[in-house]
Amino acid sequence: MSTERPDSAVPPTAESCSAPSRRTFIATTTALGGVVVAGGMVAAPPPLGAEKAVAAGAPPGGSVSLTVNGVRHTVTIDNRTSLLDLLREHLDLTGSKKGCNAGACGACTVLVDGRRVNSCLTLAVRLEGAEVTTIEGLEKGDRLHPLQQAFIDQDAFQCGFCTPGQIVSGVGCIQEGHTGSPEEIREWMSGNLCRCGCYVKIVRAVEQTAERK
Amino acid sequence: MSQPQAAVGAAVPRVDARLRVTGRAKYAADNNPDGVVHAVIVDSSVGKGRITGIDTRAALAETGVLTVINHLNAPELPPRQGGFPPGEPLRAFQDDRIRFFGQPVAVVVATTLETAQHAASLVKVSYDAQPPSTDMSVADPAGEPETYARGDTDGALDSAAVRLETTYRTARNHHNAMEPAGVVARWEGDRLTVWEKTQNVVGAVRTLAGEFGIPPGNVRIISPFIGGAFGNAARTWVHSVIAAMAAREVKRPVKLALTRRQLYFGVGYRPAYEYALRLGSNRRGRLTASAHDVRSETSSYETYSEDVLAAGRMLYSTPNVRQVYRHVPLDVNTPTFMRGPGYSSGAFTVESAMDELAHELGLDPIELRLRNEPADDESIRLPFSTRRLRDCYRVGAREFGWERRRPKPRSTRDGDWLIGMGMAAGVYDTARSQSQASVRLDADGTALLQSATSDMGPGTATSMTQLAADALGLPMRRVSFRLGDSRMPPAAGHFGSQTMASVGSSVQDGCDKVRGQAITLAIADEGSPLHGVDPADVVVRGGRLHVKDNPVRGETYQRLLARNDRTHLEALGTYAGASESEKFSFYAYAATFAEVAVDARLGLVRVRRMVGVYDAARIINPRLADSQAIGAMVGGIGQALLEHTVTDHRDGRIVNANFADYLVPTHADIPELKAIYIEGEDFEADPIGVKGLGEVVLVGVAPAIANAVFNATGRRVRELPITPEALL
Repeated sequence: MSTERPDSAVPPTAESCSAPSRRTFIATTTALGGVVVAGGMVAAPPPLGAEKAVAAGAPPGGSVSLTVNGVRHTVTIDNRTSLLDLLREHLDLTGSKKGCNAGACGACTVLVDGRRVNSCLTLAVRLEGAEVTTIEGLEKGDRLHPLQQAFIDQDAFQCGFCTPGQIVSGVGCIQEGHTGSPEEIREWMSGNLCRCGCYVKIVRAVEQTAERK
Repeated sequence: MSQPQAAVGAAVPRVDARLRVTGRAKYAADNNPDGVVHAVIVDSSVGKGRITGIDTRAALAETGVLTVINHLNAPELPPRQGGFPPGEPLRAFQDDRIRFFGQPVAVVVATTLETAQHAASLVKVSYDAQPPSTDMSVADPAGEPETYARGDTDGALDSAAVRLETTYRTARNHHNAMEPAGVVARWEGDRLTVWEKTQNVVGAVRTLAGEFGIPPGNVRIISPFIGGAFGNAARTWVHSVIAAMAAREVKRPVKLALTRRQLYFGVGYRPAYEYALRLGSNRRGRLTASAHDVRSETSSYETYSEDVLAAGRMLYSTPNVRQVYRHVPLDVNTPTFMRGPGYSSGAFTVESAMDELAHELGLDPIELRLRNEPADDESIRLPFSTRRLRDCYRVGAREFGWERRRPKPRSTRDGDWLIGMGMAAGVYDTARSQSQASVRLDADGTALLQSATSDMGPGTATSMTQLAADALGLPMRRVSFRLGDSRMPPAAGHFGSQTMASVGSSVQDGCDKVRGQAITLAIADEGSPLHGVDPADVVVRGGRLHVKDNPVRGETYQRLLARNDRTHLEALGTYAGASESEKFSFYAYAATFAEVAVDARLGLVRVRRMVGVYDAARIINPRLADSQAIGAMVGGIGQALLEHTVTDHRDGRIVNANFADYLVPTHADIPELKAIYIEGEDFEADPIGVKGLGEVVLVGVAPAIANAVFNATGRRVRELPITPEALL
């Protein structure tokens, strides 16, 4: 069981730490049965034109079971793989973006057991039993999450690259209850950079969604 | 061929909004073609010199490493002609020379990203290093300066009643678009497909075909989404060539994304400037002369220049002007366009100096500008096509509450905070370039448009869909606009605020042609209710052609095409671009107003509110235009107060090459911002009456803030960014 505190884009306060209590392992264990083999487990083709030295051996890997957007995945991965790279390069969930790979921009923000984390700084192999929600998991059928709709209503994005992270972070911000005023939203959304400069409209979108909740 | 306007001018949501809020929009590095492997660049850890050895044994020993390419084993590429900027463009591993810190020296290709990253750290490179020259303040300019002169500037300055002599400096800024440069390259025989982040689909084809000596028809560029760029994806940089080279060597698709740190050395930047200005005026504030001595950094291998001088030549009436623009080559990578290129750096000097002059003369800064408002463009002696800058001042002053500004600095306080107001003008030239768009109207009454343009954020597909919907007389939902693929008709590069004018005019032309075909078909068709009608009397609305003054007489596209056994109508829309011999001076204008609060003890500057007012002529979508202007104010706040690329001159290393140390505005830095567009059109500029707005909205933001800081504190800071230490 993974119980470590994920790295948060913003400092969590006591009341914001919703307990990771309702992990539903049963619902979707067979949905994809996705076994992803990665890292040194893949047989590499012989290197081209290189005087190949003796292989240094496969990099250390491990197996981890985690639920992503309600779908259980059991994967064998390189220990160095971040949650972000697991999502993007192995599970084909490319909505979460790599903007800096250093936890400074928030484009990779996902929810782990309901809390906002920078998935680029989270090692995937440590997430045994975790429930991960990405931007791809917010829609209910054809219906957008209210915050996704609010982003469209407010034109709260331009290029759209930081948008998945902004929206997931906004969902976290609303769940945490840090939406009492525009100032509070700004403070608690400041882990998510937007270089197109859509902050004014992102704050409006979060505010609008929080009010309707 | 005039059509009712329904979609154009409406604040409709983006047509691709759903893709962008659900994570389904595919940016370059989101593509994972079958068999894709990963490349990581090893970059130089010295700022100048030669590579004396590369030890790749440890990297190659890692399981999963496919190859390590460097100048010792890289395939020789055919010679390549440089374009813009003039010089010798950086090539992929073609020699042992190090031109700047961070230059790519090798690329590791491996089956997984983790392995490639680790193996890249195992490549040992040895150098014969020399001390690099990276400090513009002590380096000498080279090459011929760019110059301009009118009148007798020295004589006029000597006899001027009021003289101002100041030097302004602006820091190097990096675009820091949220999406790092990313490429996925795949070869099939001698045909290359590249999923690329590019603002210039046509240019990317040309560059990659040239690099590999293959016909342009063999290169396909796919770039439907761009995660911001602001100019840094206008060129095709060497990392794209490296990705394609790696893919050819390992015979598999290769994905390469630069790291955030590598972007500081890999995709250009807004160059630093040193701008000395002398102004002469009479006692009433009429400018008599200005002398501009500008120095700017460029690389040792290319001479980059941009239009930093234009504002000083044409924004204000000045009989005597002299300008010299010198390039200082340094051991750095080459600068490039960054939002409002040239103009934004120039405007900081010119608009700060106007504020200084107004203070010196005891005049209101707007009044000083109005007294120097020119009757025509004195630099090229042509009338302005449109210039509604006076309206910008008037509306801005009213909306902002300019009359509440106290002219005497340091006279408004709010607790520990000193409050100040400032304003500045902005200007950007209206570029237009050759473009094409294909238009196809199908028998089911839907239309598909295609053009190899891009969308880095302004909403290209949305505004083009609006234009096309009106020109074809269709509701927007029945029109699709596709972009970002080199198989589509060629378009102007997506930079310089020229996309709407250029691509838009080709869209208008293509739609006019298709609508004209339908009307011609109908009036010649005895079975049509429009048979025999004057084509000039036919309009199309909601997909139905009818007589303008008699809506009952008409029929739908579907009926017309079905009866005539036509599956579709199609045309290629074209636009020739700006005329060789223009009859007017074409510019967009801005007036930006800022209120700042400066902590009297800490020197911390907070922007409290801003209002921007713009003359960008016709606005296709007010919602998108609003977002662009507000976004530019945010970018300008960064330029004014935060952004500064810092180089360690000992080895040429950029020491703050990350988002923790290179500060960009965050949510907490940004207050409510307001943008207003002055109503108007400019049909001299182009057939659709637009002037472009992505750049002009940035130009003037930084000096407006700097002028507000002066009004708040009495301290004139002549260097960007304005950091707290400058105010202590």
